[in-house]
Amino acid sequence: MGMTITQKILADHTGKKYVEPGELILADVDMVLGNDITAPVAIKEFYKSGCKKVFDRKKIALVPDHFAPNKDIKSAQQCKTVRDFAREQGIENYFEVGKMGIEHALLPEKGMVVPGDLVIGADSHTCTYGALGAFSTGVGSSDMAAAMMMGKIWFKVPETIKFIFNGKLNPWVTGKDLILYTIGQIGVDGALYKAMEFSGEAITSLSMDERFSITNMAVEAGAKSGIIAPDQKTIKYVEERSNKPYNIYESDDDAEYSEIFEFDCSQIEPQVALPHLPENTVGISSIDHILIDQVVIGSCTNGRIEDMRAAAKILKNQKVHPYVRLIIIPATQEVYLQCIKEGIIEIFIEAGAVVSTPTCGPCLGGYMGILAEGEKALATTNRNFVGRMGHPKSEVYLSNPAVAAASAVMGRIASPEEVIKNAV
Amino acid sequence: MLFKSEIIKCGDNVDTDVIIPARYLNSSDPKELAAHVFDDLDPNLKQKIKKGCILVAGKNFGCGSSREHAPIAIKASGISCVIAVSFARIFYRNAINIGLPILECKEAVEEAEEGDEFIVDFETGKIQNVTKDRSYNAGGFPPFIKEIITKGGIISFAAERMKQNV
Ligand code: SF4
Repeated sequence: MGMTITQKILADHTGKKYVEPGELILADVDMVLGNDITAPVAIKEFYKSGCKKVFDRKKIALVPDHFAPNKDIKSAQQCKTVRDFAREQGIENYFEVGKMGIEHALLPEKGMVVPGDLVIGADSHTCTYGALGAFSTGVGSSDMAAAMMMGKIWFKVPETIKFIFNGKLNPWVTGKDLILYTIGQIGVDGALYKAMEFSGEAITSLSMDERFSITNMAVEAGAKSGIIAPDQKTIKYVEERSNKPYNIYESDDDAEYSEIFEFDCSQIEPQVALPHLPENTVGISSIDHILIDQVVIGSCTNGRIEDMRAAAKILKNQKVHPYVRLIIIPATQEVYLQCIKEGIIEIFIEAGAVVSTPTCGPCLGGYMGILAEGEKALATTNRNFVGRMGHPKSEVYLSNPAVAAASAVMGRIASPEEVIKNAV
Repeated sequence: MLFKSEIIKCGDNVDTDVIIPARYLNSSDPKELAAHVFDDLDPNLKQKIKKGCILVAGKNFGCGSSREHAPIAIKASGISCVIAVSFARIFYRNAINIGLPILECKEAVEEAEEGDEFIVDFETGKIQNVTKDRSYNAGGFPPFIKEIITKGGIISFAAERMKQNV
C-alpha cells in the first residue's frame, strides 16, 4: 500500500518503513516551538518534572510574539520567563524584541524548517510549515514540555484529504482566498484530525508566501496539518535560507485518501469570511455595503512581503477612509525592513495607516487595535470568532490583503477593483 | 475513574476563545482561569457548574487555538469529565496530557438533556444515562494513551522515560 507524504515523514521519524492512519506512534522531532503565552506553561512543567537540560538546544525555538513588546506587567513576566529559560539552557533560536517576528513567518524565513522535517509548536498555526513539505502541527504546552525533555512526541497518524485546485486564478485571488473557499466548502470541522494535502496547477503557480497562507489556515478546518509537496520554488526558498539537510517526500500514486476534492479556480473570486466562523465565506461580489471601523493587515497568515506589496499597490496615492483605522503589521523584522527599502512604509503612512513593529497584537485581541462594542473590523488574519479582536459584541471579517486595503479606502468591505478603477 | 453527576450541556463548535478568552491568557494560574471559564459563551453556564459535574457538548468542542489554558480552566472549574460528539484535535491532546478525562460518544450526547443523571466509567468508556435508562459505549482508550494517563500525564510519562534513559 502506498503512503501519503504525511505518512512517509511520520514513518521516517519513527524508524518504521510503513505507518498507517490511526496508528499511534512516538516520533522524533526536528524542531519544538513555543511563544510567550504557551512556553511559560511548558517551562513550568519542564522544571516541575525535575528535568535539568533540554534534549537539544539547537532544536528548540522560542519566539515571544503575542504580547511582545510587553503589553503589560503580566506579559512582561511571561516574556521574562521565556528569556531566562533561553539563556539558562543556551537555546540557540531565541528571538528577542528587535529580532523577533510572528513565529510562523519567522521560522521559515530563518531557514529553521526544511522539507521533510517534523515540527511541533505550542501554537495552533504551527501547521504553516507544511508549505515547505514538512509535517508540522500545533500542540499544547505539556506536549511542548515533554518534547523538550525527550525530543519525542506521540501522534495518531492522520488520514489525508486531498485538494486539487485546477485552472488559473482570477484577478485579485490569492492563496488566502483558496483556503477560505476550501474552509467554506468543508466547514470548520471538515478536516478534523486529518492532514490536508494541497495540489494542482493553481497551487504550483503560487509563490511560497501564498502557499504559507494556505497551510497556515488548515487548522481552521480542524486539520492536524496541511501540506504541499515541495517543488523548485520550495527548494529555491529553502536553499537561500538554510544549510540544514532536507528530504523531499512525495505521495505515492496509490496512496490512500479519505476524500478527494477538486476545485475549479475559474469559479473562485476573492473571498470574505463573515463573523463568527472562518467557514462563513462568500464571494466579494455578494457583499452588500458592510461598513467597517478598522482594518488590520498582518498576522502569520498575511504579514509577509508579498502581502505588504499587495496592500501597497492598492494604497498608493489613496487615502484611508476617515471613519476607518488602518493598522498594518509586517510579520517580521526582515519584512519590515524590506518594506522600508521598497518605499512601501511611506505609501502606508501617506495613505493614513499606522504601521507597527512585528507582533501578533490585535489578531488575538491582545493589543494594538482592540475593538469596542459593536465595532466591525476586516482583517487578513485567520480567525473571526466571537470576541477574537476585542469586545464580545464586536465583529471580525476575514479577507486577503488587497481586499482589506481596498476596504480601508472605501470605508466598507470592497473589491480591489473599485479602488483601482476609481484611481484612473 | 468513575464519575456520577448531573450533566450540563453546551452546543457545537464551542471554541477556545469562549472557553477562556485571550484577554485572560496573561495568567496560567488554574484558579484564575477557572474564574473566567465560559465568560464569552454564556455567563450563566458558570453558575451551573457544581464540583464533579459532567459537561456534555456537541461536535468539535475546543476548536480554535492550542491554548492548554482551556482544558485547565475546565478542570479547575470543577468539571470532572467532558463527553462530546467530537473534540477539536489539539484540545483532545491537551485534555489527555493534563489529565482531564474526555470521551467521544454521539448517541449519548444527542439523547441527553440538561440535568440528566450520568454515570461514566472512564476505564471502559461506558456511559450510563440514569435518568433516561440508557447506556452507551464510547470505547476505552488505546493502551498507549492509557499508559500516559496512568503515569499521571505526558510530563510524568516523559520524566520517567528520561530516568530510564540515564
Ligand atoms: S498572528 Fe494571530 S494566529 Fe498567528 S500566531 Fe499570532 S495570534 Fe496566532
